[in-house]
Amino acid sequence: MAKIEAIASAAKDVAAKLGIQKFDIYGSAVEETSVQVDSGEPQAMKASQRSGVTVRVWSEKGTVGVTSTTDVDAAGLEIALKTASEASEFGATENVPDFSPEATANIAAHESPRCTPAAVDTLLKTLVTAEKELLEAHPAIAGVPYNGLAQRDIERFYINSAGAVRHEAASIASLYLYTKTEEEGKKPRSAGAFRIAHGLDKLDVNGCVKEAADKTISHLNYEKVKTGKYRVVFSPEAFLSLFGAFSNLFNAQSILDKQSLSTPDSLNQAIASPLLSVCDDALHPENVGADTFDGEGTPTRRVPLITNGVLTSFLHSAGTAKRMGTEPTGNADMGAKVTVSPNFFHVFAGEPAQETYSLETADNVILIDDLQALHAGVQALQGSFSLPFDGWLIKDGQRISVDSATVAGDIREVLNSIIYVEPEGHFTGGGVCPYIWVDSLSVTGE
Amino acid sequence: MLATPLLLTKELPNLKYASTSHRFDETWAAPLSTLLGLGRAAGADFIEFFLERVNYIGCMAEEDAITSISPRLSTGAGVRVFRGKADCYVSTNDLTFNGLKTALEKALGIMGLTLPGPNAFIPEINLELLRDYATKRNKEQWLGETSSMREMGDVLLAANGKLAQKASHVQSRRAVYFRDWQEVMVAASDGTFARDIRLTQSVGYSLLCADGANRSSINKRVGNTSDPAFLRNWNYDDSAEEVAESAGKMLYADYVESGSYPIVMANEFGGVIFHEACGHLLETTQIERKTTPFIEKKGEKIAHENLTAWDEGLTQDAFGTIDMDDEGMPAQRTLLIENGVLKNFISDRAGSLRTGHPRTGSGRRQNFTYAAASRMRNTYIAPGNYSMDDLFSSIDKGIYCKKMGGGSVGATGEFNFAVDEAYLIENGQLTKPLKGATLIGEAVDIMQKISMCSQDLGLAAGFCGSVSGSVYCTVGQPHLKVDSITVGGR
Repeated sequence: MAKIEAIASAAKDVAAKLGIQKFDIYGSAVEETSVQVDSGEPQAMKASQRSGVTVRVWSEKGTVGVTSTTDVDAAGLEIALKTASEASEFGATENVPDFSPEATANIAAHESPRCTPAAVDTLLKTLVTAEKELLEAHPAIAGVPYNGLAQRDIERFYINSAGAVRHEAASIASLYLYTKTEEEGKKPRSAGAFRIAHGLDKLDVNGCVKEAADKTISHLNYEKVKTGKYRVVFSPEAFLSLFGAFSNLFNAQSILDKQSLSTPDSLNQAIASPLLSVCDDALHPENVGADTFDGEGTPTRRVPLITNGVLTSFLHSAGTAKRMGTEPTGNADMGAKVTVSPNFFHVFAGEPAQETYSLETADNVILIDDLQALHAGVQALQGSFSLPFDGWLIKDGQRISVDSATVAGDIREVLNSIIYVEPEGHFTGGGVCPYIWVDSLSVTGE
Repeated sequence: MLATPLLLTKELPNLKYASTSHRFDETWAAPLSTLLGLGRAAGADFIEFFLERVNYIGCMAEEDAITSISPRLSTGAGVRVFRGKADCYVSTNDLTFNGLKTALEKALGIMGLTLPGPNAFIPEINLELLRDYATKRNKEQWLGETSSMREMGDVLLAANGKLAQKASHVQSRRAVYFRDWQEVMVAASDGTFARDIRLTQSVGYSLLCADGANRSSINKRVGNTSDPAFLRNWNYDDSAEEVAESAGKMLYADYVESGSYPIVMANEFGGVIFHEACGHLLETTQIERKTTPFIEKKGEKIAHENLTAWDEGLTQDAFGTIDMDDEGMPAQRTLLIENGVLKNFISDRAGSLRTGHPRTGSGRRQNFTYAAASRMRNTYIAPGNYSMDDLFSSIDKGIYCKKMGGGSVGATGEFNFAVDEAYLIENGQLTKPLKGATLIGEAVDIMQKISMCSQDLGLAAGFCGSVSGSVYCTVGQPHLKVDSITVGGR
């Protein structure tokens, strides 16, 4: 906090010297240590200390200029404020952003424990042990080519010339393990798992090893799936990644920019099966390292996006909220053009289902565990997707790994074709979501 | 002649260095060589410092207004310490002597090493005379010669206006530009001491058209690495024409029917197929992880005999061109595959140490927060002897992939990439536009199926994300035929 106050004080002094009346600053400082191992030996170890700020300056005619910098001392701030001031002369003259009306509002209490970072030796020992256990889980597991254990301390702040001062800090530890198999006469297979927690001591390392091992073993015997239409079940990870790729549906800035599948009139319209409800909930208890304020200092909150299939709210910055006559939602990312993004999706069942389903008894159903290459296979502005996936064909409740297949469709059709939202939500790192059943999607195999 | 007395560690606090603060030049030799010596005295086998200064600006026009001009200034450094074949990388924003020393100390600590006691000698590291590509190639003035903020705005507004004239059913149109000026310095305990300035620019369009339920979105970018006047010389008239035409054709396209097809892939960005299906698998990073099927295949036939491929950093103005890599090694031209036979891998320092394959000037990174890794530069399939007619007339029913989206390759060598603009080929003729196609396959398999290459090699600018972040690269190829590939669709 002392450092934040020093930055705020230095910024005020520099701004006064430069004749800048109105400015705000969003910044962060991150200290991170991470390790990777290979066959029981350390392979790559990394540590970093980095900080950066984004400053916005309003010109006398009210236009805004922005500059980002990693130099957060007085000299660096002076250059950044000067450059932003210069850029403000070329800023947009319509829909000019302003301070958030909630930049000084009270923030809900939210516990985000800080942890003392573990020693690198401890990180290495933990990861080496995890790798060893995974290699021993099955003779076909020949390596864990992608692995990493990281711990991170993050501080964020927001200040403005009207007196707003926001500051928060969090500690996060994360682990990922991705295997590769080798078996005579078979293709190599791969599967993985990820965990995140407030610190190394709270990280579910055993659970991560077990999940990676179980998934890998389940993919050892694989088959080509026949091309056709299938009932599809999305795992929580898969559904959240697909849903997130089409978040322009709720993004007020995208809507105003006509870069969305929605329009301002989409609000209160049914866009999904009534079985589905979704909130953006930065403060969800499962959200590790939750942000309590956004890039404009607006407090984050729970925003109901879809309620029983009906689009109930958009995600807003201060600027989009003003243009649409509503309140900001705490989803702004500061920049030359303020953007909007979701914080943490909470997907859950809406209206009660008429019929329930179970993977234990399913037949000829595709269970998609992981969608790949979303950056390439999603046409976010068209609504369509065509994506490779890892998953299983469920035959009489038995899982048969699917070899090399894609799933294709349209997100609006997917949302409307949901036939069951399982009752139990699962934490994935990016949200909480249950397994989601979709009636029919195109799958390409052989 | 008296020899310079060796430095003792206890003298470090009293040292006064006068490194130029706004420029990486010869004055950095003294502090860096002291720090490198300190690292060696602590027991490290090899130490490397990477210093970086960035002056970046992005600009965007939406419809008829400039909606974003965003400069970004950054400085930082990374120190990499090797002990045996293990290494550690520590990065910092603090470029003072003490800041760099703290980073070094942290890296040494992670490797189980400590700074020597107060009376230990710090061995001299004799750095080479500064190899300064910035000066040698007259790059010092580049930054000042690029477009001003006002000019950026003027060009993008004019370009976006041109797009409005050319396209129909426009829902939104954007013209975007960025300029990434980067000054780097590398100093290493093997004596490497080099500096470079890089100027990477890219400009392009993003067009979304809609007519009722029909939608099409087309993106097109061009890039450059050595022309400060690049933006003001951008031929946006031609780009607007091309983007508008593609969007118009794709607006009413049918979804592709999934299945296995022969395909013709267009030149330029079609080269993403080689980038994903093979290029990544020839990086020593993949050998280290044992995630490439080509580990023991050097000298063996891994592709169709009609296929020859290169990775190089030398082509004038190409998006992946560099005078030196991020480990201070001059760029080179690396023959990857010759007539189907694997000739070389793409290697950085750590990859060379761990796999034995020689360095190829391919150690690259997004910025100072990443350790360098083996990465592609300008990677392309060489032209062949076939005509375009030969390619198309050999197909009764197939798909012409005119414009590719991005792609990726996984740990098992399975790759995928999206097709943004495709056409059905029937009896050698293009008949109707298709959308929604994804190509998937396995590297080992697909390389044998690239059977015909035409003569029209074309390169395209791209961005490649991998272990050392996102780097600028070129993909390229002539038009080529793949005998069969799985096409995911509806």
